[in-house]
Order: sequence, then structure tokens, then C-alpha cells
Amino acid sequence: MDGDGAFSTAFQLIVSGDPTLMQIVSLSLRVTLTALIIACLIGLPLGAALAMARFPGRGAAVVLFNALMGLPPVVAGLVVYLMLSRAGPLGFLALLFTPTAMIIAQSVLITPIIVSLTRSVIEDLWAEYEDQLRSLGSSAMRAIPTLLWDGRFSLVTVILAGLGRAMAEVGAVLIVGGNIAGHTRTMTTAIALETARGDLALALGLGIILLTLTLILNAGAFVSGRVAQQQAA
Amino acid sequence: MTMHGTLSILPLKVSELRFAARGTELIKGISFSLGAGTRTVIMGPNGAGKSLTLRLCHGLLKPSGGIVGWAGPDASGAVKRHAMVFQRPVMLRRTARANLIHALSVAGVPRTDRKARADAALDYFGLTDLAERPARLLSGGEQQRLAIARAWALKPQVLFLDEPTSALDPAATKAIEEMIETIHADGVKIVMTTHDLGQARRLADDVLFLHNGRLLEQSPAETFFAEPKTEEARAFIRGELLW
Amino acid sequence: MNLIKTSTHRQMSMRLIKNAISATAALAIAASLAAQLAVSAGAQDDYITVASTTSTEQSGLFGHILPIFEEATGIEVRVIAQGTGQALETGRRGDADVVFVHAEPAEIQFVEEGYGVERFPVMYNDFIIVGPADDPAGLSGGRNAVAAFSAIAESEAAFASRGDDSGTHQAEQAIWAEAGIEPEGAWYREVGSGMGPTLNTAAEMPAYTLADRGTWISFENRRDLEIVVEGDDRLFNQYGVILVNPERHDHVKAEAGQAFIDWLISAEGQQAIGSYELRGEQLFFPNAAEQRS
Repeated sequence: MDGDGAFSTAFQLIVSGDPTLMQIVSLSLRVTLTALIIACLIGLPLGAALAMARFPGRGAAVVLFNALMGLPPVVAGLVVYLMLSRAGPLGFLALLFTPTAMIIAQSVLITPIIVSLTRSVIEDLWAEYEDQLRSLGSSAMRAIPTLLWDGRFSLVTVILAGLGRAMAEVGAVLIVGGNIAGHTRTMTTAIALETARGDLALALGLGIILLTLTLILNAGAFVSGRVAQQQAA
Repeated sequence: MTMHGTLSILPLKVSELRFAARGTELIKGISFSLGAGTRTVIMGPNGAGKSLTLRLCHGLLKPSGGIVGWAGPDASGAVKRHAMVFQRPVMLRRTARANLIHALSVAGVPRTDRKARADAALDYFGLTDLAERPARLLSGGEQQRLAIARAWALKPQVLFLDEPTSALDPAATKAIEEMIETIHADGVKIVMTTHDLGQARRLADDVLFLHNGRLLEQSPAETFFAEPKTEEARAFIRGELLW
Repeated sequence: MNLIKTSTHRQMSMRLIKNAISATAALAIAASLAAQLAVSAGAQDDYITVASTTSTEQSGLFGHILPIFEEATGIEVRVIAQGTGQALETGRRGDADVVFVHAEPAEIQFVEEGYGVERFPVMYNDFIIVGPADDPAGLSGGRNAVAAFSAIAESEAAFASRGDDSGTHQAEQAIWAEAGIEPEGAWYREVGSGMGPTLNTAAEMPAYTLADRGTWISFENRRDLEIVVEGDDRLFNQYGVILVNPERHDHVKAEAGQAFIDWLISAEGQQAIGSYELRGEQLFFPNAAEQRS
């Protein structure tokens, strides 16, 4: 493996501002970040509710979401594929092989991560806050935003875990997106394609770019979290 | 009537109150009545059920038997007219002022009024300097003062305090006691637990003495300290019972 | 303080969960609708989806001919590169408008079952047997694929099979069948992936494998692999294109799909295919006219 070749390929791709690369990067970011936002809109409140609620079968729900964190991407992709296929129940939406399909698949994949990790964070917080919030007259629904906001510094890590999973994922987007050039080709599916073509230097170069992007997003979250934490404790 | 102008939720009539957890009865059928105006101190050794009694009255726990009866035509709405301060204050991860604003928001105070009422409460207790400080970075004493200001901002008719100074140094304890005096002077009913005999002597108008889940005495403070009726109370006052 | 969960608390919890779930569902629906709107707002309707094989996509053929077609017609072609078996399945499910594959018997069956309208031969290239330079089975320079496979099996030299029901895999199985060999044993490795990954694996092991010439020419990571057998008529590799039957799937873009097919077999399309070269070699040989006879 020619490591130097990969680094110089990555470097050349970046400095040349290769339009195909830019398009792939922007699609990757769009798909991943949209899926992350959807997963957070669903997962944060659901995770918090699961942390606070006591009902028969709660243990089973907790175990289920924990297990779904390990959902293999290809399985998530296959399920979404079968749902969105023309022969499937949602075929009329004509979403298969579109970026929307990839967003749905990634949302399916990372929502359980957000739910489970949020539940774990909020459970601890709720143990500390429950008496006080109930004393103030807070309903459980009203407590959800309070707890999410107060858990924000821990929840940043939760969200980053979801982001990492989505950024790194290839199996699901490949199946439901189809890796169509210029349309549903993302960083990871492009890496898979270049590997298949035996252009390992280009594949690794793309990998380096992807890793750099992930690093930048994480660093941004880390720094802004630090700043906010210093201001709000 | 109180300073807040609504119908009084007092007297609080508690009858045959029972509470059991995991098969063990911790409150064994106690009855008492709390009238307006006085400072009631609930005393007793550790495990007597003081804190449980406060929580049952405040509605944080559901009795396994008996009645917590608030007065007034709208007794079910009474929950919003009593507030509680805990032994260890729980402050949200935001500024001192934002903590008060959150409490007011939960209590249904219109958005436009919240900041003014929060600032008024901080000002009333001389806490204005802390308004912008992250609440969880304040000292224990400051946090407890903030917790009391937060409770006061809700304009309760009854303020429950559960061992409010047990984790504090003497200076902070004094500040808290002064706040309690101020709030009492405003016409708010004070119901607090303490294991600090000195504090009880300083603050109590009347005393509920609990022991082992039972109410052994309810009497005016003077009477209780001068002539305790039960052997347990005498031992407690002599400091012979574990707290 | 122990938290004691009372019945009212439980009811509250149930209500909480119900509310959270309905709020969640509403959010999810809203979010996906918004995402869909955002996409459909930006998408042109003038496109077709073509399920094709890794060999046509990864060799760069589509990259060469599609811009010419799109220029001429304004129809965007979105290619999903799969194995032939999977591509036909995609067509069966109605998830593509056109399938462009290379496994004649399977294509004929696809049309006979009513999933495709009509099969049009487009072009051919050929399969080759590639293997390590030290050639443990002694195949180098041979022209007989069946004899070569027999020699591989006899010497138990490592062989990497696609194992994915692709056109190449089906061609490989046909050769084993003709040789009367049921390939099994430690030497026979089913990779279960596309041509590229299979070549990567073969280069690494090293092993013999059957490859299509298009992928081989464009493949970068050959290492010690080289062509050991070529030129057998059995290694002929015909590509065909089929419109998915709009009577089965009424959303199929029959007009645009047929326009693509018509262009592929037209003089212009055939010329475009024939003009694609990589490293000075022509990868695919148009033969629509001859095969139509």
C-alpha cells in the first residue's frame, strides 16, 4: 500500500477543488447531517421520555434500543430498501435510489443510538432532578426540554456518536442510494467503488478526506461545547 | 387570607397518614392539623419519618393510606400554592436568574412577567449580584439561598423546608434562618424539619415530634422544650437519641 | 430517598410515553416530508434509472457514453451498478426503468416472465482467466477455458469465484459445468462480491479468477496477476439491454427508457461504445446490428 500516494492524492484532490469531489462531499454532509437532525428530533425526546417513564415493558424497550445500536447497516439498508422499493409498501413515494432514501436509512440506523445514549444520560439527570422538578410543578412532558438542556454537554457526545456512525456508514446508503454518480454517491460509497476498481491510493485519499471532515466536525463540537460549558457550567 | 390575596389552602388537615415502601410501613398513621401563620418544626431522630411527612404533604409521594387535606374550594389546585426547599438544592445548569425564570415558567407565569419577578425575588433577598452567575458554580450556601428565593418567587402560601441548613456552615445557616424569618413575616406558613435543636428553639412556634413513623407530640414550642410529654421527646431534647 | 413509583405516576408515565411517541411520529413524518420536498424541488423529472453491472460502471464505459446521450436527448441516466442477478432483481421489483446486463439466459427468462419488454443485444467483450505470474496450474498461453479450469481443479490451485450470481459468475459456472467439475475444496474460494473486490482478493491470495476484460483493463491493483487464458469462444461476453415492462410497473419511464435503448443500438450509440478506450485498448465491441439478425 502506497501511503504517500494516498496522502498526495488526497492533498491534490483538496487543493484542486475537484468539482466531483466537492459534490460528493457536500452530498455526504447533507445526507449525514439531515439524518442526524431527524435522529435527534426523534431520539432526544424519546430517549428522555424512556429515561423518565415507568411502564410495563420498559425494560424490554430499553434492551431493544440498546440492541438496535448494533443494527448492521446492511440490514437497516435492506429493510428501508424493501419498504421503498416499487414492490414495497412505500414504493409509490418513488424514493428509492434518492438522497432522501439514504437520509431515511441513516436515520433508522442512528436514531437508536441517540435514544439509548440519551436515555442513559437523562436517567442519571432525572434521578438528581426528579424531586425538585416535580416540586416546582413540572409535568413529565415539561421536564423533557429542561432535562435535555441541562444534559446538553453530555448530549453533545451522544450526538457525535450518532454523527460518527452516520459518517462512517457505507452498507445502508449503498443499498438504498445505489451509488449513482453525481446523484447518490457519497464519500463512503465512492471509497468502496474506488477500492473495487483497485485504485487503492484514490480510495485511501478519499478516506483521509473523510476522516479530516469528521475530525473538523468533532473539533468544532468540542470547542463550542467547551466555550459554552465555561459560560454556563 | 394571605398576602397573596387568594383563598387560603390552610389549615392542612392530615389524618391517619400512612406510607409504606417495599412492604415496610414507614409512616404509621399520623394525624395533625397545621394552621396559618406559625412556623411549624418537625423534629425527631433519624428514621422518624420527618422528611417523608414533608414529601407526603407536598405531594411528591402518594400516601398508602389516609388523607392529606388542604382547605379551600379548589383543593386539587393547592399543589401550586405550596413550595419546597430541599436539603441539597438542585440547581439547573444555567444562570441563577434563569433558574428562577424556569421555575416561574413551569408555574405558568406569563413569559413577559418572568424576568421581572425573578429579578424582584433576587433583589428581595439581596442576591442580585448572583443573577448572571452559573447557578451550579455557586457555593452551597449561595445555592440554598437561591433555592429559597426560587421557592419564594412562586408566591407560595406554605413553604416546606427539609433540613435546609444541615449541609451548611454557621454563617450560611444564619443567612438561611434570616430568609425564613423574612418569608414568615410576609405571612407564609413555614413547615420545616431540622435535627438542629438550637435552630428548632430559635425558629419554632410549634413542634411536631415524630418517632419511628408515629406522631408522639404536637405542642407549642415553649411547651415542647419545657415539658416534653413523652420519654422519647425528653431523651431527644437531652441529645440522647441519635439524629 | 427511594423513589416509590405509584399508580398515578405510572399513569403519568404511560401518558408521557404516548405523547412522546405521537410527537415523535409527527416530527418524523414532518421531517421526512420536508426532506422529500427539498429533494423533489431540486430534481429534474427527466431522468431514467438503469440497473447495470459493475463491469460497465467500473470500467468507465458509462462515464464515457452517458454524457453523449444526455447531451443529445436531455435525459439524465442514473446508473446503479450491481451484479447481473441483482440488477435483474432490481428490474423485477420495478426499481429501475432499464436493465443493462450480461447473462443471456437470465435475460431471456426475465423477458419471458413478463418483467422485460424485449431484449436488445448491444455489445460484447470477453472474459479472461487471470492468475498469478508463477502460474501454478501451468495455464499460460492457453486458449481453452474448460481445459484451464480442469487443470486448476486438478492441481487444486487457488481460484477466486465471484459467488454473487453476476453475469461473470454465471459464465464461470457454465465452464465448470462443461468441464464436469463440481468445484469445492479449500482451493475454491467464493468471494461473494463484485469484480473489483474479487480481483483485489485474487491479487492478494494469489489466485486464478475469471474476469471480464473491461474491468481488468481498468483495474489498478493487479500486482502479480496477468492474463493466462483468453480467446476461447466460450469466453464470449454478450451485453443486452431490456426495458422494464410498464405493464408490470406503470411508473416505468417507458418512453425515455426506450429512447436510451434505441440510442444504444443506433449507429451513434454504437460508435460511442466502440470509441471508448482505456490504456490504448478498446473495452467493448458494439454488435447490435449483427446480433439482431
